Amino acid sequence: MSPIETAETAPEPASKIDLPAHLGGGGGEIPSFDITLRVRRFDPETSAESTWEDFAMTMYGTDRVLDALHKVKWEQDGSLSFRRSCAHGVCGSDAMRINGRNRLACKTLLKDLDTSKPITVEPIKGLPVEKDLIVDMEPFFQSYREIMPFLINTGHEPAKERLQSAEERERFDDTTKCILCAACTSSCPVFWTDGQYFGPAAIVNAHRFIFDSRDDAGDLRLEILNDKEGVWRCRTTFNCSEACPRGIQVTQAIAEVKQAILSRKI
Amino acid sequence: MWSWVGHRITGVVIFVFLLVHVLDTSLVRVSPEAYTAVIGAYKNPIMGLGEAALVAAIVFHAFNGLRIILIDFWKKGPKYQRHMLWSVLILWVVVMVPFLIRHLSIVFGGH
Repeated sequence: MSPIETAETAPEPASKIDLPAHLGGGGGEIPSFDITLRVRRFDPETSAESTWEDFAMTMYGTDRVLDALHKVKWEQDGSLSFRRSCAHGVCGSDAMRINGRNRLACKTLLKDLDTSKPITVEPIKGLPVEKDLIVDMEPFFQSYREIMPFLINTGHEPAKERLQSAEERERFDDTTKCILCAACTSSCPVFWTDGQYFGPAAIVNAHRFIFDSRDDAGDLRLEILNDKEGVWRCRTTFNCSEACPRGIQVTQAIAEVKQAILSRKI
Repeated sequence: MWSWVGHRITGVVIFVFLLVHVLDTSLVRVSPEAYTAVIGAYKNPIMGLGEAALVAAIVFHAFNGLRIILIDFWKKGPKYQRHMLWSVLILWVVVMVPFLIRHLSIVFGGH
């Protein structure tokens, strides 16, 4: 008998520990509370205007805003539209404006919000709304593509990996955390006004390659960002740093790119 | 974001003042009597409060301007921006309290 078959056929040994009833394993102990979810609805097929719609429900202390949206979609109104994919704060699909702040719905616990008042959920600002909480991300990704978010190395391709010291890696470590959720770009008042500005996310991703010792196109990217719609439109309002669900010091990264353009030193 | 909004608003207020200020000061070239009449018209409590608001705007704009310069040119500026904002507000209060005591006592002192 092979070890694989053993694993498949042998029953799991019974637990040797008897849990007393008061410790239990049930979900009854999780505190529950009633909330009102106030969602900004928009359906271009029925009306050109967006409206608020309230949904009342009972949720638990372990639930996130995303769970509340799921509850609405699955049990109350199937027409509610929003993006989500991994639901664990990695894919960056469900950035939305919750109680006036840009957050990921999958990382915002309901118990951390004021549940005595309605919890407002709106699409992120500055990008065209397509339906309910779904916005057109194309302008955002257009800026992202323009800064060439890929390694450019003109030297010979090495037979083994491209070596880098721990210090060289540390230089751009913060900006590697970006998940392209657009929470920063859509929190920026400069981006709100006309949407021409590259936006914090594109600059963060440029920073990630500009300060990478393995990359040769830093000057090219600095030239792209040394545009009237580039880094100089940043007014250091720090909204992006506060919005970033990954804790990236976005304004710091933008300031470093500004300095690199001024001194032409990477 | 609100420090940025405040900086914009105070900037516009200061700009409007400078515009009026250049106009009324240039009156002295036209006719010293007209200049004296206009400046005399400023001596009332409403203008006194306006002057207080103007100084408040200038003091905030000046200190916050220094903070923005530090954010842009000091390596640790972005990291300490919040501390610097509190420093700006504390300095603003420290400057404004003695100024307001003196200024308002002159404006409303009755003389």
